[in-house]
Amino acid sequence: MKGVKGRADARRVEGLIEKALFASAALSVFTTLAILGVLVFEAYGFFSQVSIVEFLTGTQWTPLFTPQHFGVLPLVAGTFLVTVIGVGVAVPVGLGAAVFLSEYAPENARRAIKPVLEILAGIPTVVYGYFALTFVTPLLQRVFPEMIVFNALSAGLTMGIMIIPMVSSLSEDAMLSVPKSLREGAYALGAQKHEVVTQIVVPSALSGIVSSIILAISRAIGETMIVSIAAGSTPRLTLNPLESIQTMTGYITQISLGETPFGSLEYTTIFSVGLTLFVMVLAVNLVGNYVTRRFWRSY
Amino acid sequence: MLKTGARKSGGRALMGRLVYVLALLSVAISLLSLVVILGDALADGLPYLTWRFVTSFPSRFPTRAGILPALIGSVWLVLLTALFSFPLGVGAAIYLEEYAPKNRVTEFIQVNIANLAGVPSIVYGLLGLGLFVDALALGRSVLAGALTMTLLILPVIIMASREALRSVPKLYREGAFALGATRWEVTRQIVLPEALPGILTGTIISLSRAIGEAAPMIAIAALVYVTFVPLSPLDRFTVLPIQIYNWVNLPRAEFRNLAAAGIILLLAVLVAMNSVAIAIRYRHQRKAV
Repeated sequence: MKGVKGRADARRVEGLIEKALFASAALSVFTTLAILGVLVFEAYGFFSQVSIVEFLTGTQWTPLFTPQHFGVLPLVAGTFLVTVIGVGVAVPVGLGAAVFLSEYAPENARRAIKPVLEILAGIPTVVYGYFALTFVTPLLQRVFPEMIVFNALSAGLTMGIMIIPMVSSLSEDAMLSVPKSLREGAYALGAQKHEVVTQIVVPSALSGIVSSIILAISRAIGETMIVSIAAGSTPRLTLNPLESIQTMTGYITQISLGETPFGSLEYTTIFSVGLTLFVMVLAVNLVGNYVTRRFWRSY
Repeated sequence: MLKTGARKSGGRALMGRLVYVLALLSVAISLLSLVVILGDALADGLPYLTWRFVTSFPSRFPTRAGILPALIGSVWLVLLTALFSFPLGVGAAIYLEEYAPKNRVTEFIQVNIANLAGVPSIVYGLLGLGLFVDALALGRSVLAGALTMTLLILPVIIMASREALRSVPKLYREGAFALGATRWEVTRQIVLPEALPGILTGTIISLSRAIGEAAPMIAIAALVYVTFVPLSPLDRFTVLPIQIYNWVNLPRAEFRNLAAAGIILLLAVLVAMNSVAIAIRYRHQRKAV
């Protein structure tokens, strides 16, 4: 049996362990603060030399040329363009796949197909970049012969393929959780399968579907390697998908690998762009959280 | 009301067909994309994936170029990341599942972890650059890279580990408490052994994500041409995805083929790691039955 002293020691060890465990959990709060701290601190150096109004409203982004212009809008437009194309591909295809898996596929087919689809989400993004540049772009150039090698369309389409499983997986979960009784009620009223799908299952699963789409948007905004490889490095305020553009993430990669000296004004631009990116993704994620909580229907 | 009555039955049947065909087509497109992506890289790179390629340093001449520094760099990175992220992730998960009181602090931490999982990886790269490389003066080292990667994959490890801990029946804990065990004794001797396969599976899958991540490591490593192998955690480094990215960006077609060979190597590493994860899960399931 342990003595009194041993028991007091044991209690102290218990307390220490609990504190250590709490510290590991609290590290996440520290991480969030550190992200904000680093971005704001470094961006502060930038904004002490460039006006925030010029940054947010300027239509030219040429930090590496003279005359220098620090208007972030071309990079935001590039991100917007690629995101719209990517989400435009991923949402219909992902939803279609979710409908097939949850409503049409027999159980064993569903079980076989679902993990295979999720492999798409596990492929490193640099592989998608390679695919965009060496496969999708040459294919697109047959359709649009005047299109140059680096363009928003190829990067956007490829990104769409990458985020299909995000849309399909979450939407399928939402559709599967629609109770059988709702479907049976519709069948009893004489509905056919496709009417049950489009008028009962999809509307009932809408909150899950919408959150999956918002997740896809957030992922598309932050995606880096596909756009760095395939979309070009020409910041341009355009909505023409056949042109070479640059996204916020693509710009950060370019400067990171370039010759720009650490600590210079040009270098701090990556933090001001990073802060812009972080705020945009955070806003999208918060909308997603709101939708999930506000409209979640549990059956 | 269901909008069906007015339509002719021929039209309804056609609509039914159409919905089915569109849904089937979506799955077909997704699966076909997967086949083409993998097939494209295999076709381009397989002839270039030689033993010499795996054991050589990069070179200006495509016939002599190899991927050794990136391969060793990735091994360093994943080992250090595992060393840091496993205890921290499991510790956080244990706290949240076994210890945490239901209060605002706990809820705040949970929301925080969920939000961190949604932060783009390149932003973690900027965090590592400002915090580890610059403020803590670790330089552009493997150590700085591994610490950055740790913060990046922690949310995923925590969520997977929590799920594994939650799957241990409450009865086990209550039995041990009834015998006079303390909370830590219950956790260490009853809950953890039971949850370990699930925790390991989640950790390996998170680490395989770390191996494939290029964006944050580009911000940290920032090296294009690496002709040395890191020998200590404070050495500079490169990793497989960065090397692949460099080769893709070179204009000569031969380098693109080297990139494809690098992709095959990267995918092989990922397949190996995921097989281990699946094997652990499978063995555990058989034991449970």
